[in-house]
Amino acid sequence: MAGTDPIHQFVIYDLFPIHIGDEAAGNALNLSFTNSSLFMVVTVAVLTAFMAMSASKASMVPGRFQLAGELAYSFVANMLRSSAGTEGMKFFPFVFSLFGFVLVANLLGMFPYFFTVTSHIIVTAALALLVISVVILYGFFRHGPKFLKLFVPAGVPGYVLPIVVPIEIISFLSRPISLSVRLFGNILAGHITLKVFSGFVVSLGALGALGWLGALLPLIMTVAITALELLVAVVQAYVFAVLTSMYLNDAVHPSH
Amino acid sequence: MVTQAYAQEAVTPTEENLDHAVDATHGEGVDAHDPTADTHATTEAHGEGHSDVFPPFDPATFPSQLLWLAISFAALYLLMSKVALPKVGSIIEKRQATIDADLQAADADRQKTDAAIASYEKALAEAKSKAQAIATQSRDAMQADLAAKRSAAEATLATKVSEAEARITTTKNAALAHVDEIAAETAQAVVGQFVGDVSADSVRAAVAKVKG
Repeated sequence: MAGTDPIHQFVIYDLFPIHIGDEAAGNALNLSFTNSSLFMVVTVAVLTAFMAMSASKASMVPGRFQLAGELAYSFVANMLRSSAGTEGMKFFPFVFSLFGFVLVANLLGMFPYFFTVTSHIIVTAALALLVISVVILYGFFRHGPKFLKLFVPAGVPGYVLPIVVPIEIISFLSRPISLSVRLFGNILAGHITLKVFSGFVVSLGALGALGWLGALLPLIMTVAITALELLVAVVQAYVFAVLTSMYLNDAVHPSH
Repeated sequence: MVTQAYAQEAVTPTEENLDHAVDATHGEGVDAHDPTADTHATTEAHGEGHSDVFPPFDPATFPSQLLWLAISFAALYLLMSKVALPKVGSIIEKRQATIDADLQAADADRQKTDAAIASYEKALAEAKSKAQAIATQSRDAMQADLAAKRSAAEATLATKVSEAEARITTTKNAALAHVDEIAAETAQAVVGQFVGDVSADSVRAAVAKVKG
């Protein structure tokens, strides 16, 4: 089929069709359980299984799984505490879930024939908007109108404020965009590149002996890019979690 | 696979092909709810410069993705916040508490050891100074004893020496007294040999005269 089509891997198709609304009336909604939904569920299942296995023994001297789980726990906990302080630790389950979800989804996407949940802008945008919504709602809930001090840096002379405040507002509003597009773009581009190079291997390999020789170069590239993409998968999850922690810090301590 | 790729390249965007592609899209796109079919059309249309929706930007898939993302992420959040993270956190806390308690116990033990070492060293210093005092005392006593004995011995020796000197003087005087007698007798004998008999008194007078 579309074996060498680099776009085919992003196609979403129904596994259990659920259609509501009337198509003729123009309010049809496709809420089907798709391959994307399946991998979201698999992501949750893998992460939950990992944490459950690491916490199952609860021994004083940890085994391998327990150590891995505890490392993940303290990694995220330290990251959040260093950027948002002790008060930010109430968001720890949220940040851990985000980090774990993005990380596991990215890593699952590295398996051949697996669907990458984070390669769709709507997923990353939804996660980014969730982060910003939490920041705004908690900021106003906790500090009331004082939350708006976020846009007025302390110690800036009054005559500069007309310039600084719009810049701060624009930078705040661009956060969900950069947060979502960064993750989406990295994963999408990486998977397309990987598919293009592996497609070269297939195309050249079909040309006979000379083609086999020519296919060697894209094959090496494919292996190298696979390693790079594994790194990107982890780094992007980390970046997403770090930026979330820093934005949450604004909600907890709005005055810079 | 390969043939398709070639086919994509080979197809040129002529009027005829474009029409065909549009027809194909319409033909296959009857079932609008089958995105797979849609994408096949997309794939075919791709090489012909026909821009169909790129899957990540296809709004038709958004409601389903959002719904299932909400469901799965909410489930993940609940599982993590209510079950997994408190459990892992309590393990870490328990371990930290155990380590802290052990460290505290070790610190208390160390302090005890330090105190024991200090008291031992104090006792040692005391014993040392006591020993030194005893040594000094006994040395002084011995020295005094020695000096007394030596002075006593020296006194005895001095008396003995003076006694001996007195005896020597008496003996010497006695001996010197005898010398005159011997000289007179010797002179009488010598003169008797040469001249004849001489009275003892005249010899004695002569000797005394010579001795002067």
